[in-house]
Parts: sequence; structure tokens; C-alpha cells
Amino acid sequence: MSLVLENLRIRQGEFSLELSATLGAHVTGIFGPSGAGKTTLLDMIAGLHRPAMGSIRLGDCVLTDCAARSFVPAHRRRIGYVPQDLALFPHLSVRGNLLFGHRGVEPSDARFSLEAVTELLEIRPMIDRSITALSGGEKQRVALARALLAAPVLLLLDEPLASLDARLKQRILPFLRRIRDAYPLPILHVSHDPAEIRALCDEVLVLDAGRVVRQGAPDSEQGGAAEDVHSSSRSN
Amino acid sequence: MTGDDWQLIGFTLGMAALSTLLLLPIGLALAWLLARRQWRGKSLVETLVSLPLVMPPVATGLILLKLLGRRGPVGGFLHDTLGWDIAFTWRGVVVALGVMSLPLLVRSARVAFEEVPSRLEQIAGTLGAGPWRVFFTVSLPLAGRGVLAGTVLAFARALGEFGATIMLAGNIPGQTSTLSLAIYQSVQLGEDSRAYWLLGVSAIIAFAALWTSEWLLHRQRP
Repeated sequence: MSLVLENLRIRQGEFSLELSATLGAHVTGIFGPSGAGKTTLLDMIAGLHRPAMGSIRLGDCVLTDCAARSFVPAHRRRIGYVPQDLALFPHLSVRGNLLFGHRGVEPSDARFSLEAVTELLEIRPMIDRSITALSGGEKQRVALARALLAAPVLLLLDEPLASLDARLKQRILPFLRRIRDAYPLPILHVSHDPAEIRALCDEVLVLDAGRVVRQGAPDSEQGGAAEDVHSSSRSN
Repeated sequence: MTGDDWQLIGFTLGMAALSTLLLLPIGLALAWLLARRQWRGKSLVETLVSLPLVMPPVATGLILLKLLGRRGPVGGFLHDTLGWDIAFTWRGVVVALGVMSLPLLVRSARVAFEEVPSRLEQIAGTLGAGPWRVFFTVSLPLAGRGVLAGTVLAFARALGEFGATIMLAGNIPGQTSTLSLAIYQSVQLGEDSRAYWLLGVSAIIAFAALWTSEWLLHRQRP
């Protein structure tokens, strides 16, 4: 199922994002320096921001079409979103968080059942704990599980490893690989770490200052491209 | 303490509770709209809601009387269509208490809603929750302490209301008389011991309400 972004435009103060792209890989990395527009792009895909112009299509489904004044609200898109700050509900237990999006969902695929997801991400031992009592890595897994349990058709991961130290990154990376291998759904994985992109993604969309710089395989050039983007943003 | 005094205390508590209860949906809706949405006329509504805080209560009561009296535009309509009289009835007491305590609930609840990270509400949406479910399962529980504290403050304000109530509902013993009106009347009639007794009861209720409000505000989250 491909995600088609056509002439998307949004302006937020001084920042403007303008891009067109067709993303059809299983895991697509969205790569770029801070301020490139990665989170803004995910927010538009998830239906949290309305673009000023353009359209977003997922398979046959038109999610946003500014010209036709069509906009599917976030709660009807079935797009899982793990934001950078995780946005776990602090007033709910781990179980409450996991079941938030799972209630009313009839997963046709057993891989989206509570048992399967908690098993995959090794959450069962902590399921009755309070969110505030979890470590950073545990919270990360709960946020991933919560998004999966809503049985999404597309999964958006915004810098899932950025806030973790090197040791925790190494612990979470295998869980991300497990999700990639266990679920056929398309994943957009935002990162500013070329190694992370190379480790997890089939394709990469490189953004800088709200524009597409490159789209293609996350090959060894990616490291160079990444450094180019970093250095150009530093020099600006 | 006479049966009349018990009736008076029960009536005052009942009217304050009823006005607070009726106020809650209106106050919460206003607080949420002021905290989370940008709309035309927002600053006007904001000012109108807060007006009873700074206007003399008697003046607010006079406005209410002109609007809700049988010859007023709203009161006349309610009398003709539903047969309801507002002025100089228990309904007038409820309205006066509600209008005077509305700002306290709205201000407190608004701050509480503003403190809820909007990212949590957005992500709840991506998990399939529509706006009502997001409000009742994320926004309201997270703003709960502030909303509860505001509700208790509004209730306490309603218990002590005097000026607007006497203008709109009068001071009819057994029908519209509340604790504060009865204290005033007792002093006027030279019944000092009854006035002090009622004063003591008012102070205890007000202390309990405010203490509850403070406790709710400063209680640690579990």
C-alpha cells in the first residue's frame, strides 16, 4: 500500500514545508536535521495538522485533499503514531494505555491481539504497573505496543530512539526490528541518525528545510547525505 | 436550634449544590472552549463570564431581575411557555447562585485544561478516540484536580452569595431565604444570638468547602 503525498504545503511562522513524494516501501526512513519538517510531515499524515494545499492518499483512501475540501479526522484514519515524547497517558496504567486504542477494535489479524503484542514487545511483566513507574526503554515499548494494538494500517514512528542513551538504543532496536518483521503494515520511521535508518529502513526520504533533498535506498551514501544535510544546516 | 434553622441550612446547601450541578456542564464547556479553541467573540465571552467577579453583586442581581422577571424578555418567555416563574422563587435562588459562582469554576477549569498537554489529546485521536471520548477519558481526568477544586470553590461561593440573590429571589422565609440572607435579617431584627449561630454554621461549611478545595489542589498524583 503506497502513501502518496502530492503538492503538500504548510506554513508555520517562518517555516514552510513543500513536498511531493510516493512512499511505497515497507519501512521508509524520513531523515533530516532538526527543523527539516519531519514531525510536521508526520502530523499532517496522521491528521493532526491540515496542510494549506495538496493531498495525502493511502492506497485507495483519500485522507486529505485540500482542493476537494476533504479531510478525514485523525480518529478515523487508523494511523498509529508514536511521537517523540511518547505521549503515554499518565493517569492510566500500562494496561489502560494499551487498551485505549484496542477497545472496539476487532483485529482480523491475530498479530494485533493484546496477547501477541505484549508477547512480542515483552510487556506482560509490567502490564499492571503505573506508567510513571516505567523506565525510558519500557515506556518506549509500551508506546509502540499501544499504537500497534489499535490495529493501524500505517505506523508513524517519530525519532523512537532519539531520547535514549546508547545502551538503551541497543535494547530497543531489536524490538523495532521485531515489529518490522512481524507486521506487514507500512512504517514511516523518522530519524536524524543515518545508522538507525540503514539498520531499519528499506528506503529513505531525506528532508531539509521543508523540502525533499533525496529519495532512494538507504545505502552507504546515506551516511554522506546525512552528513551533507547536517553540515549544510550548520553552515546556514 | 429550631426546625426552621435546619430547613434554612438544608435549603441553602441544596440550592448551592443544585446550582453547582447545573453549572458544571456549562462551566466545563466554556472552560474547554476558552482553553482549547480560537473563535470569534472569545474575548467578549471571557469578559462576560468574569464580569460577576468584579461587578457589585446587587448590580448583577438587578440585571438578572430585569431579564428574568415576569415582565423581562427571558422571564416572560419562560412564564408564557413553561409556566415557570424565576424571580422571587427558589429557581431565582439557583440562577443567582449559578451566575455568581460561574467565573470561579470557569477560571479554575480553564487553567486546568490548558495544563493538559495537547499532544496527549492528539495522540488519543490517532488511537481512534473521537472528540467526546478524548474529552472524557483524557482531558477531564487530567484536568480533574483543577476542575474539582473549581467546583468546590463555586459551591462555597454559592453558599455565601447575598447581593444577587436578594435582588432576584428576595428574602422570603421558608421559600427563598438562605443562610447569608437570614444572618442579615437576624441582625436587622436584633436577634444577635441567632445571627451568631448561623454565622458559625456558615463558617464551618465554608471552611470545609475551602479546605477540600485546597486539599484537592495540592494532593499528589498517585
